[in-house]
Amino acid sequence: MSLTKTDIRNLILAAAALAICALLPLGDNGYWLGLGVTIAMFTTLATSWALFSGPTHYISLATAAFFGVGTYVTGLGIDALPFWSLVAIAGLIGAVLAALVGLATLRLSGVYFVIFTLGLAELVRQSITWVQNNTGQKGLYVLTDLDEAGIYWWLLGLAAAVFLTGWLIGRSRLGFALRVIGDDETVAAHSGINTARAKVLLFMLPGAVAAMTGAILAPRYVYIEPSLAFAPILSFQVVIMALLGGASRLWGPLVGVIPFTFLLEAVSSNFPNQTTLVIGIAFLVIVYLLPGGFVGLLGKILHRLNAREGA
Amino acid sequence: MVNPVLSLRGVTKRFGGLVAVNAMDFDVAEREVVGLLGPNGSGKSTTLNLVSGALPLTSGTVSLWGSPISGLPAQTINRKGVSRTFQLVRLLPSMNVRENVIAGAVFGHRRRWGHDAHDHAEHLLDKVGLGGKGDMPLRQLTYIDTKRVELARTLASDPKVLLLDEWLAGLNPTELQIGITLIKSLRDEGRTIILVEHVMDAIRSLCDRCVVMAAGTKIAEGTPTQVLSDKEVIRAYLGDDDA
Ligand SMILES: Nc1ncnc2c1ncn2[C@@H]1O[C@H](COP(=O)(O)OP(=O)(O)OP(=O)(O)O)[C@@H](O)[C@H]1O
Ligand SMILES: [Mg+2]
Repeated sequence: MSLTKTDIRNLILAAAALAICALLPLGDNGYWLGLGVTIAMFTTLATSWALFSGPTHYISLATAAFFGVGTYVTGLGIDALPFWSLVAIAGLIGAVLAALVGLATLRLSGVYFVIFTLGLAELVRQSITWVQNNTGQKGLYVLTDLDEAGIYWWLLGLAAAVFLTGWLIGRSRLGFALRVIGDDETVAAHSGINTARAKVLLFMLPGAVAAMTGAILAPRYVYIEPSLAFAPILSFQVVIMALLGGASRLWGPLVGVIPFTFLLEAVSSNFPNQTTLVIGIAFLVIVYLLPGGFVGLLGKILHRLNAREGA
Repeated sequence: MVNPVLSLRGVTKRFGGLVAVNAMDFDVAEREVVGLLGPNGSGKSTTLNLVSGALPLTSGTVSLWGSPISGLPAQTINRKGVSRTFQLVRLLPSMNVRENVIAGAVFGHRRRWGHDAHDHAEHLLDKVGLGGKGDMPLRQLTYIDTKRVELARTLASDPKVLLLDEWLAGLNPTELQIGITLIKSLRDEGRTIILVEHVMDAIRSLCDRCVVMAAGTKIAEGTPTQVLSDKEVIRAYLGDDDA
């Protein structure tokens, strides 16, 4: 398919926005850069999450599992291999793991999928703890010369790749197939769509991306241990941010990530123990007040305006 | 019958203790319109589900041009050229009318994409009487129009065999005439059709042959006139007391 004028305009705008974001480390190296890393990380995670869960409505809580695997890839390989190859390996392992999980669960209904993905992070975490206990190892030190700015640029590059991939999928047959599946799986199968294959293929994307994100962020933690790398709260944060923004549009999760990061930041600096509470409240707000996220809200407002103009 | 397009042999479906379809045998020839008749709950929709791959068979074989398709997943059967509508209309609610039709064109028997799929969908919308309504959201459609969208989607992959489950049910007399004309035009372009139907007018004017089911079993087969005057068929429809 060829590019329309709007497509080209959007691409140029996106490239410009990316370039501006890339300048952040030159202006500030402390608080704001730290926040930038958090936003870039959650944008990457939530956007890739929504690429699969948006159209299919399967809620995946496996982000922490893939992310943790990624941090361990860096932790184990950092002394032997160059950093970029660790990110690539993490992506590969994440994709394969996601394919296995997908093959095992995506034929099941949504509820089983949620439970399974939540259990996955715990399973991997317990296995690693078990191995560590039996080998007498405690955690892993990740010592590199990659600083906060370097991590930020890596994440920004990954985020850009996710947006580009998402945009391409949205124009592809696979993206269309996922929309049909999300609307009615029986119709999808009776229209010639290999539903299992399409779902597994697309689930590999958030798996790979979350693992790569974990690999990139590992140097930030310096010392990695299972409870840190596989913290289940990460999975919930990603889901809530994506849904708050709206999973039906490529840019939707981003709209959720930015305000939510600031909110969490404010909460955790003022009431350090209440972050879980904030996440819980955000969840209730989304379910009751914003079922389609900010994207859905915007759609409703535009619809009303149009209706008024038409009247 | 020489080289039937579709043949069912001993096709059986059990739901727990209930035998919904019991050893069904019948053939459908190329370009033939076969009516599948029977009282409520006699297993007509289940038979279509077994042919289309919506449900796995308990036993028996369904063959398409001589090669077995039973046991294959629905998407594979669709790609081989069998396409269907559903008794309760199934559409894709997040998509507009045109996209609903395109959904049938992209992955099925004959595949189209991009402009090709778009133009093909427009052509089909014209054909089923929805010309100019491609951009409409589904919630603005009347009941017959939802049925038209579903039919257009079903036709979009250029199927050889069409399975229509009470596609004419619920239409008013004017719409019914339009519907009958439409299905006739499908037969005239060479499609093979199995039609589950209760509307007698439609059966008489459309079907070359009918297969009648009662309680999961085939009780009669023949031309519409033959089966509709068959004693056992009358008893099945009206109950034992009236026969
Ligand atoms: N998925 C299912 N699970 C259990 N029982 C089923 C299922 N589908 C159909 N049945 C049962 O099988 C029998 C045949 O149903 P079917 O829908 O095939 O009948 P039908 O001939 O299409 O009837 P109608 O004219 O009302 O559409 C019914 O008793 C029905 O309750
Ligand atoms: Mg039925």
